Amino acid sequence: MNMYNLRQYTNLEEIAGQLFVIKNIHNVGYNEIVEITEETGDIRIGITLEVGENYAVVQVLGGTSGMSLKNCRVRFKGKPLEFGVSSQILGRIFDGLGNPLDGLPKPVAEEEMNVNGMAINPAARDYPENIIETGISTIDVMNTLVRGQKLPFFSGSGLPHDMIAAQIVRQARVEGEPFCIVFAGMGIKYDTARFFIRNFEDTGVLDNVVMFLSLADSPSLTRLMTPRFALTAAEFLAFRKDMHVLVLLTDMSNYCEALRELSTMRGEIPARKGYPGYLYSDLASIYERAGRIKNKKGSITQMPILTMPNDDITHPIPDLTGYITEGQIIVDRELHARGIYPPIAVLPSLSRLMKDNIGTNKTREDHPSLASQLFASYARNREVKAIASIIGEEELSALDKLYLKFGEIFEEKFVNQGYNERRTLVQSLELGWDVISVLPPEELVRISQQQIKQRYRYKK
Amino acid sequence: MADIVGKIIRVNGPVVQIRCKETIKMLDMVEVGDLRLVGEVVRIKQDIAYAQVYEDTTSLKAGDPVYSDRVPLSLELGPGLLGNIFDGIQRPLEKIRAMEGDFIARGIHVEALDREKKWHFIPVKKDGEKIAPGDILGEVQETSLVKHKILVPPDVPEGMLVFVAQEGDYSVDYKIAEIETGGNVIPIYMYQKWPVRKHRPYKQKISADTPLITGQRVIDTLFPVAKGGCVSVPGGFGTGKTVVQHQLAKWSDAEVVVFVGCGERGNEMTDVLANFTKLVDPRTGKLLLERTVFIANTSNMPVAAREASIYTGITIAEYFRDMGYDVALMADSTSRWAEALRELSGRMEEMPLEEGFPAYLPARLAEFYERGGRVINLNGETGSITVIASVSPPGGDFSEPVTSHTKRFIRCFWALDRDLAYSRHYPAISWIDSYSEYVDEIRQWWDSQTDGKWVEYRNIILDLLQKEQRLQQIVKLIGPDVLPNTQKLILETCHIFKNAFLQQSAFDDTDTYCPARKQFLMFNAIIKFHTKAEELIKQGVGIEELRESSVYQSLMRMKEENIDELEKFINSIEQEMEKLKK
Repeated sequence: MNMYNLRQYTNLEEIAGQLFVIKNIHNVGYNEIVEITEETGDIRIGITLEVGENYAVVQVLGGTSGMSLKNCRVRFKGKPLEFGVSSQILGRIFDGLGNPLDGLPKPVAEEEMNVNGMAINPAARDYPENIIETGISTIDVMNTLVRGQKLPFFSGSGLPHDMIAAQIVRQARVEGEPFCIVFAGMGIKYDTARFFIRNFEDTGVLDNVVMFLSLADSPSLTRLMTPRFALTAAEFLAFRKDMHVLVLLTDMSNYCEALRELSTMRGEIPARKGYPGYLYSDLASIYERAGRIKNKKGSITQMPILTMPNDDITHPIPDLTGYITEGQIIVDRELHARGIYPPIAVLPSLSRLMKDNIGTNKTREDHPSLASQLFASYARNREVKAIASIIGEEELSALDKLYLKFGEIFEEKFVNQGYNERRTLVQSLELGWDVISVLPPEELVRISQQQIKQRYRYKK
Repeated sequence: MADIVGKIIRVNGPVVQIRCKETIKMLDMVEVGDLRLVGEVVRIKQDIAYAQVYEDTTSLKAGDPVYSDRVPLSLELGPGLLGNIFDGIQRPLEKIRAMEGDFIARGIHVEALDREKKWHFIPVKKDGEKIAPGDILGEVQETSLVKHKILVPPDVPEGMLVFVAQEGDYSVDYKIAEIETGGNVIPIYMYQKWPVRKHRPYKQKISADTPLITGQRVIDTLFPVAKGGCVSVPGGFGTGKTVVQHQLAKWSDAEVVVFVGCGERGNEMTDVLANFTKLVDPRTGKLLLERTVFIANTSNMPVAAREASIYTGITIAEYFRDMGYDVALMADSTSRWAEALRELSGRMEEMPLEEGFPAYLPARLAEFYERGGRVINLNGETGSITVIASVSPPGGDFSEPVTSHTKRFIRCFWALDRDLAYSRHYPAISWIDSYSEYVDEIRQWWDSQTDGKWVEYRNIILDLLQKEQRLQQIVKLIGPDVLPNTQKLILETCHIFKNAFLQQSAFDDTDTYCPARKQFLMFNAIIKFHTKAEELIKQGVGIEELRESSVYQSLMRMKEENIDELEKFINSIEQEMEKLKK
């Protein structure tokens, strides 16, 4: 670091929202951290958003309330935001900027890592394999989760996405291999954070959890940093310490709103619904920090949770997320209202990595075709249901009536399961066969005749 | 090497403003800051140049030096491209990994083509021969599939070959020839440099007449693309754009494939790479990797390089076209490229139009698609580039700017449908919204393969599918029972066609690639069934009987059969169906 960077400045030029402009400065780098010391000695952190000849625009992460043009000292640190990582971060709770929230001292850092991370070289990536058995039928059979995948929950307010996530965390533990959870809470309520903490306690994994909380009442811009700190911790644990890391990011909608707030403050040209044009790139810089690397034992699996504003899947947040992540699990209001848990809408849900990781030698040889058949038949059920709602069930053909029956049984037996019920994959597959056998074998065109012979439940 | 041409005065994301003390030209390559990050001049205003930087600009400062050779950003074209994976500005990713580890560091300067590797060069021209731009000097068997032809660069004037190297092993930067022209002697190396944004010249464009056979039934039979055509594949997320792109990269009968992953997922590139190192080309029995060049600029890699990656891809495609090859360029996805354009435009404070896109978006799209096509090369041979570009419309809405502008510059449109994808009908190419304008051009080829029946059958089926669409509206209102049997038959035939023909599994070993002959046989079987069934219905045979007949069941499982069995089956259809008459 050179001497210039330690220079302190006192005169600000302008303060607007969470940004300020400072002039007559030298040697300030773009995207570096700024330390702002108030008269009281409190320190805030900022980042340079733009640098020019003799001036810089700084975004203050803790908010600018109480700052005036004269009352604070500004120091440019000459380096980007870093997080001191070590194995001791396990079991700890931090705020959105990596400061301890649990009253314990800061862990001694083994290494300072740039929180913005670096892109994994596509040539160094290893394709995700090994499914994670979540114990939930709709996920394991129809939208299989794979280690190293990024699979978000698209939900709505008031839906039990937190419960499903907690159930997965509880049931998906990888026995015998080092496993940990990194939790990033962005703009969530304390109750939600508390729900997860209690859940981690109950399952005895709390010592293997690192939490980063930027709750609803903390300055919105710290939310922008929270997932970056969390993923820096995850990268350290996965690729330096050989652990399998499951990262829960909740709620990504709050993150995107903070980004929009910042963008508007900077007077940028908006793209859709006021969100900046770079929302896609920005989200990718978070979601793409998942995966596996060749010759490394660890992995990062991401489960971001987002609430779709007005349950609208075409809203920019779910839309752009869907374009980056490897599928999505959609939590459905109608199923929830009917008391079905977990209310996962299987048709629009998708796991892109499923295809290469199921079937012979991976799960079971009938898994791909059974899953495909369940999708096709359930889609047909939906069509029949739509017709039935107009012309009445009585008017339906015998076959269509069977499809109606299939749909009911599918939702009640297969989709529906208990919050504490852990079904093994084999149990779920067998259940799938029970359900599909409501339909006559000729209808199962996506399953080979040999498999039908072997597994179809013929009526005696 | 490069001189200092100015210094940075402002940094805003990937856009850097430079106060120049030397003249600098548009599109000159610059290196900024002490790390010498690579950038390109995109705007000049008085003595201030704007550069878009292809790497993360963190820590750049006002006052940092800017270097330039005053040459445009150029690619290295020569042996060593095939089977390799590059980033958006042609830096070899495997090599970077060997140098820097698993993550991409900044400021890496590495030559695109390996300078150490020796290639076996066989000259085809002799000293003293007259030589013109685009002529083939010699050949290198780059992979067992592709003979790499060493061309006279298009910007070297006509002249006399005064020296050509003997057959032997040389590295790419070895001088293999000298051309005397107008008193100068110009050295020719095994590789040439070409500016990434400039299209490579050709003699003339000619019309396409051969289909690109992809082994995908819905594409080859219903919405075919010609070699040298341009296709757009739009679809919301989860509709299977990437799988379609992968299938085409794997199975299409192009001689060279350039696959550009533009702002998409890292794991997808890994998937293609891993697959291509295992998969064998059905026609040649060689690894698919041997004919493929990969460009990977994933979504988390710098946005300016994403903008460049499309041009990098098409320039490489043009280079192979100039050798006389049929090249297929897959670009996934052009929306990410357009968004990169939008982001850079915003940073330069340009006036935005619809959805924030710059006014020059359509012009850029047109420029890109026009680089596809079938041409007569400078050396008189024909070559082609088929462009297959996916579009990711926000919210799956095809009226958005990128999709709607793209439609003006392409002639084949494979619309991916969300409802089809939800019911796992893949490829989810909608038979209602898709179209192909290449049908007339390639008709002759298909007719020669299928006794002149293809266009006729295609029209029958498309007509049935349209009718079915309307009938489904009625069914939704009043149920299927009230329809007369002739109309019910349309529903049944379309049901067979959709499930047994259009739907094709990319992950089933036999179904993933369907040869043209088999496609036609399956097509034929369905038409035969329909024609015969129409006749039987007139004679009083019911729909239920047809549905329960053995022919119906066999039709539904046609994909599993081989060509011989299919032929036997087709010959038996009429006879079997006769039995329904009682």
